Amino acid sequence: MDKTLAHATISVDPEGYLTDFSQWNKEIGTEIAKEQGIEMTDKHWAIIDYIQQKFKEEEPLSIRGIKKSGVIDIKAFYDLFPGGPLKKATMIAGVPKPKSCI
Amino acid sequence: MKNLVILGAGTAGTMMANHLVHKLPHNEWKITIVDQYKTHYYQPGFLFLPFDIYTTDQVKKKGSKFIPKGVDYIQEKIELIKPQENKVLLEKGDELPYDILIIATGTKIAPEEVEGMKGPEWHKSVFDFYTYEGAKALRDKFREWEGGKLVVHITEMPIKCPVAPLEFAFLADSYFKNKGMRDKVDITFVTPLGGAFTKPKATAALHHLLTDKNITEVTDFNIERVDYENNKIIDYADTEVPYDILVTVPTNMGDALIARSGMGDDLNYVPTNKATLQTEDYENIFALGDATNLPASKAGSVAHFEAEILTENIMRYINGEPLKEEFDGHANCFIETGDGKALLIDFNYTHEPVEGTFPFPGVGPLNLLKESRMNHMGKLAFRWIYWNMLIKGIHIPFVSATMSEKGKKFEESKSI
Repeated sequence: MDKTLAHATISVDPEGYLTDFSQWNKEIGTEIAKEQGIEMTDKHWAIIDYIQQKFKEEEPLSIRGIKKSGVIDIKAFYDLFPGGPLKKATMIAGVPKPKSCI
Repeated sequence: MKNLVILGAGTAGTMMANHLVHKLPHNEWKITIVDQYKTHYYQPGFLFLPFDIYTTDQVKKKGSKFIPKGVDYIQEKIELIKPQENKVLLEKGDELPYDILIIATGTKIAPEEVEGMKGPEWHKSVFDFYTYEGAKALRDKFREWEGGKLVVHITEMPIKCPVAPLEFAFLADSYFKNKGMRDKVDITFVTPLGGAFTKPKATAALHHLLTDKNITEVTDFNIERVDYENNKIIDYADTEVPYDILVTVPTNMGDALIARSGMGDDLNYVPTNKATLQTEDYENIFALGDATNLPASKAGSVAHFEAEILTENIMRYINGEPLKEEFDGHANCFIETGDGKALLIDFNYTHEPVEGTFPFPGVGPLNLLKESRMNHMGKLAFRWIYWNMLIKGIHIPFVSATMSEKGKKFEESKSI
């Protein structure tokens, strides 16, 4: 479905995840964050950069991976994106919700 | 003489030995299988052991019984794989050269990954049921337990047999009902996922069952530590779940051998092509079963379907033909729902667990995604099929390695 954010039309899935990463930009990320009740700071963007980099390298994202990467400790990750940090951060980053594997 | 070496004599490795012994010419190929353990466990039986449904004898047999004649069986620990030299180093120093290597070293629980889990309360009030020892310790605990808070918990995905923890919760409900003490037992199901299962369609069906059986669900719980002194598990968002008995599925990891050999990912799983089962890094090394990083279920049924396809691909590799990109992630699992009933689910990489009948379209006798006694009988009968057909590599009639779309209602897969 289509959605208008930051003066742009983007396609999202029913949960609100972008279905086309090429439509993402920082303004859209900021707006999605606002919808999630998050005000973005440099610390937030550092995580978003990391997530997008992993996405481009086609590496699966997991809490474990983030813990190991040293980019942030998990407590701080929860503080930045309260509730479901990986789910919220991936939505803001414009990448698909991580598959938890089966 | 050329050498084909199989590492691991569990479900997947044993099946490969049985398939290949009939395919490879004996005067050209020597097949060797290596495993340090003498016992072959029927792992699906670990689910039933704590509830006194199976006895210990029903879940273990001597491994050598299932290794076919004509295959060299070495019972020794594997020290290292040297993929650059095409050699496997064994613990006592012997080296096994190979032309083709098959990795089937499985997955293990790693309770030491979570603070406090493998502490002084391990197998006292904190249990696993993914090992023979854990399942047996839990059985003994349940026999004398007078009730309280039972927490069934998944640490992180992926895990072997992702439905097993749910089945455990369902069986616990029946078990304590039958003992006349269900009112004294609180059952809580705690998962890092957003719902009861990884696939939305099955999640809805399973959520309904949990509610029916008065089992509380706690979702999105990413455990930070087990506070074994105060009997509670705590997640990164500081949510606490108290327990009297914690039955956890610890982090699952591939064998340490894979890490030692520098061949694994973060969780020691071997990067493997998901359609051909050739490893990503070495063309003469293949992997199957729980040891791979495939986005398929870690389950015996998956290893079974993979074994049929891998056997064909090994033959193609030997004959210099292109490998078949055939494996579709097909999994097929019975889900025990307690009270003598079970569900059956059938799914693959791209398709959701479906409704319909199995294995005969429109006939059954098994129903997909519906609770029935017939499905439960199917699950119990499976133990016989496992010991007598499955690991011997005998094809199970009417069940194909790739998923059949006949007689099933489909929906494209979405992960949650």
